[in-house]
Amino acid sequence: MITIKNYIAPNTIEEAYDLLIEKKNNQILGGCAFIKIGSKTIGLGIDLINLNLNYIKDEEKEIRIGATTTLREIETSLVLKNYCNGILCESVSSIVGVQFRNMAQVGAGVFSKYGFSDLLPCLLVLDAKVNLHSEGIIDLKDFLKREYKKDILKEIIIPKKDGKAVFENIRKTSGDFSILNGAMYIGKDGTAKIAIGARPTKAEIAEKASKALEEKQKLDEIRKLACEELNFGTNVKGTKEYRKGLCAVLITKMKERIGD
Amino acid sequence: MKLNINNKLIDVDVRPDEFLLETLRKLGYLSVKEGCQSSSCGVCGVLLDEKIILSCTYLTLRAEGRKITTLEGVRERSQYLVDFLAEEGADQCGYCAPGLIMAVMSLENEIDNPTEEEIYHYLDGNLCRCTGYKGQIRAIKKYLDLKSTRSEVI
Repeated sequence: MITIKNYIAPNTIEEAYDLLIEKKNNQILGGCAFIKIGSKTIGLGIDLINLNLNYIKDEEKEIRIGATTTLREIETSLVLKNYCNGILCESVSSIVGVQFRNMAQVGAGVFSKYGFSDLLPCLLVLDAKVNLHSEGIIDLKDFLKREYKKDILKEIIIPKKDGKAVFENIRKTSGDFSILNGAMYIGKDGTAKIAIGARPTKAEIAEKASKALEEKQKLDEIRKLACEELNFGTNVKGTKEYRKGLCAVLITKMKERIGD
Repeated sequence: MKLNINNKLIDVDVRPDEFLLETLRKLGYLSVKEGCQSSSCGVCGVLLDEKIILSCTYLTLRAEGRKITTLEGVRERSQYLVDFLAEEGADQCGYCAPGLIMAVMSLENEIDNPTEEEIYHYLDGNLCRCTGYKGQIRAIKKYLDLKSTRSEVI
């Protein structure tokens, strides 16, 4: 059961941050789409709805996505459809349903570092950064490794890249959580990255496998390296061994789609 | 607070943790059904500023200043779709129908002449335990075809 004792929608991010750190059980409200999954008591629910963080800005060297932008807005954005094969649009398009995606906000999913997130592996292979109110701009890769600390995610910054990227996932039914998901990027400059998520822990870059992909090693070697270097776990969706087996399949599917 | 529901401004007292589904039902908008209560099934769908959302997990306080539309507010517009759903045997227990109809209204607002694939994709979040979806898709296609040929009646 969820209890929110008080609600506020501040007009400035400074006010929102001050309220957030004032008390331990004050919390930022995201899209609230997952709010009923858990059970918690929130002293003050802080809604970022008035902070004008709903945008997808196409700038010269990067794309900026505001924290309160909905997953549906990402899915239908023309800017993102034309960026790296529309990987970001594709990655969110199977999350529950349109109704859900009209509510779920990108900032909440990224800040919460959800293991099942379909967006995180894609953002990782694209070298995304997060812009936090207190800490400033840091690499998403580093942010995901850090311990939880109260802050407000303002936007996600994605460098404009010249290359191809693909997203793949394995789920039992359309709209269900991924049992395993992943993203692969190959740039025209020869750089390459592979990230695997829903293991069931949060997405991570497979460093050795990425290097092997860059060096154009055989697919079998890339698959082997990724399965060895990443940790897999068991939950209700699948066992550790099953996920490890799926990882090799996922990498094959991504490599077939992305080409050389 | 004041809520704009079906183009009427209504005064209502709500708790900070009250969700739109509860508010709408206590105000008498009984077309809005309670299902999974966890953003999964689509039966509680209403339009917020013409887009479909799930009222079971949408905080009521967040809806202030926005336009809420329930099935009661699109009765006339949706009548053809209701008739086609009946004609195609796509409505058995009927529990999911309000959410489905609201999702079709949202689809209409968002996509002109959707393909069958786009219809399926758009309605992915609407679960129905009775019909197997085929009848619903036939009804929706008939409704959208009618709309494109006789725009003056809908």
